[in-house]
Amino acid sequence: MSTQIEQEQAEEQAEADAAAETEESHQERRLSEKKARAEAREREEQAREEVREAEDTVEIKVFRYDPEVEGKDEPRFDDFHVPFFKGMTVLDALMYARDHYDSSLTFRHSCRQAVCGSDALFVNGQQRLGCKTQMADLEGPVRIEPLPHQDVVKDLVVDMEHFYEQMHAVEPYFQPDELPEGELEEQRQSPENREKVKMSTRCIWCGACMSSCNIAAGDNEYLGPAAINKAYRFAMDEREGEIKKEDRLEIIEQEHGVWRCQTQFSCTEVCPKDIPLTEHIQELKREAVKSNLKFW
Amino acid sequence: MSETYDRGAVEDFGRWREFKPGMWAWIFHKFTGWVLVGYLFTHIAVLSTATGGDVLYTNTLQGLEELLVVRVLEVGLLSVAVFHILNGVRLLFVDLGFGLENQDKSFYASLVVTAAIVVASVPTFLSGV
Repeated sequence: MSTQIEQEQAEEQAEADAAAETEESHQERRLSEKKARAEAREREEQAREEVREAEDTVEIKVFRYDPEVEGKDEPRFDDFHVPFFKGMTVLDALMYARDHYDSSLTFRHSCRQAVCGSDALFVNGQQRLGCKTQMADLEGPVRIEPLPHQDVVKDLVVDMEHFYEQMHAVEPYFQPDELPEGELEEQRQSPENREKVKMSTRCIWCGACMSSCNIAAGDNEYLGPAAINKAYRFAMDEREGEIKKEDRLEIIEQEHGVWRCQTQFSCTEVCPKDIPLTEHIQELKREAVKSNLKFW
Repeated sequence: MSETYDRGAVEDFGRWREFKPGMWAWIFHKFTGWVLVGYLFTHIAVLSTATGGDVLYTNTLQGLEELLVVRVLEVGLLSVAVFHILNGVRLLFVDLGFGLENQDKSFYASLVVTAAIVVASVPTFLSGV
């Protein structure tokens, strides 16, 4: 479809390299490239055939942008027609488009079962997990865009660095005040306490909440729902002890911590793991007040 | 991130059709809050005519109440104030951690109650203009 520009570049690169090499390998490379192009054409042909034959097809409009390639540095939308099958997810449709129409279509994905958190996308105006969103539930044509309020690296890939920085800022790891006596002693958690932190442990670091948050969009230093939820997960864990909890509250009650939240519930609406983020943020606000107000 | 470059449609602020109840509640709360702050100034301005004597104050109020625009604005002020109060109560519950899973329903409820009160008040406000 639109791989032309890249192919030309690749050819130029190949020619430059080939000058230093033997004539034979140059020919081999040309032949293999030719073969690859023929295969790509075949795949696209096959896709068109499948689309014609399929009972039901879906149209996806995918955001395309590549700052490094001339002619692709203007953001635009590409349309792909994909044969529909029962149970098809947004990620399935994207993968079909990539494998059959345009191999340069770039997006992150890994486990395809809502565990790795790589494929948070902006689908039909909402942050969703591509692998968890059924095409059947969406109105076509389905618009697929990268997460808003984050820099686009290429196509649907956004720069997650800032999100990870905020996550690390709350020290997202278990730090108990004291360790048990024996070396093999377990650090047990009560079932009630486990229930309390259960939902907050589900976070898969997909960044959907941060992208949906109006406040995080305007305040770059705001920790964001995911990081505060992480802090909640450990602050509420009774095994860590009072001293560490004080430390954690100090981090989250800073100027750009919990108090930035204005309870718009955007994060709670988009969270693919159904974590009650706003509830956790509000509870930490109350904890912060309680630890600062000591009349007794 | 606030300093991202323009991505066209993706950063477009005109996505209000996709806003969820919680977002609308926040927008309305901000808007009504600013309206009430603005009203405070006109309120003080009108009341301060009392420093010029009884007659001036009475005349000012009567003069204002004779205008249809003022009557309509009063209905608007009531609706803004009622919504702000009701949503404020809703936010109080949110802060206390009660019924967060029903925050959208409580927003709709505050809208409905506001509408009911405003409609019921219209005859009182607009009578005898």
